Amino acid sequence: MAVRIQAADFDAGAEIAALTAGRDDIGAVVSFTGLVRGGEVSAMTLEHYPGMTERALEQIEAEANRRWPLKASLVVHRVGRLEPGANIVLVLTASEGRHAAFEAASFLMDYLKTDAPFWKSEERADGSTSWVDAREADDSAKTRWES
Amino acid sequence: MRILYFAWVRERAGAAEETVSPPAGLTTVGQLADWLATRSPGHAAAFADRRRLRVAINQEQARFDDPVGPGDEVAFFPPMTGG
Repeated sequence: MAVRIQAADFDAGAEIAALTAGRDDIGAVVSFTGLVRGGEVSAMTLEHYPGMTERALEQIEAEANRRWPLKASLVVHRVGRLEPGANIVLVLTASEGRHAAFEAASFLMDYLKTDAPFWKSEERADGSTSWVDAREADDSAKTRWES
Repeated sequence: MRILYFAWVRERAGAAEETVSPPAGLTTVGQLADWLATRSPGHAAAFADRRRLRVAINQEQARFDDPVGPGDEVAFFPPMTGG
């Protein structure tokens, strides 16, 4: 279990290799990478609440480990200004079989979107910026884990 | 008491952080928000629509009817948009 907040880019392949190195008890690794979409958006800046962010992500990760028999997990979230195509977030989950890894990765992303203190500001080609509103779809994605 | 603001709440309040000494008798986050809103027109704008605000006390999500005390770190921000 680990969480990292960083401005620097990450290498998903290298992170998977590090997570599984020297282990023979892992049968499945699921990797999710979120990227900045282009189109109208020319850049995105991620702000966060240092201290609370790490704490919130650790709580979400601990909850995933309570719900599923994970062998290992990692959350890396970038902050600062990011351009289209750039990596934003990496979630890795490792378990004996695929089901726990798939479900835990999905759970981690759903909670991370609504419960970790990050805020996105979008820049457009004309130089205007605006804060991204929270999406109701993200809230309802989370509620499916609450039953 | 240490107050933190993030995203558009920070922009409207005109500060990322401030240390304040609220009047005695102020016991909840909601009362604190009402008092902070009187500090400047920017603060008033930041706190105008409480339904759009979220709060954390000592880095844990909290509610407007939760109690606050002098040693607490209280943060106000919009709903989170990570991932």
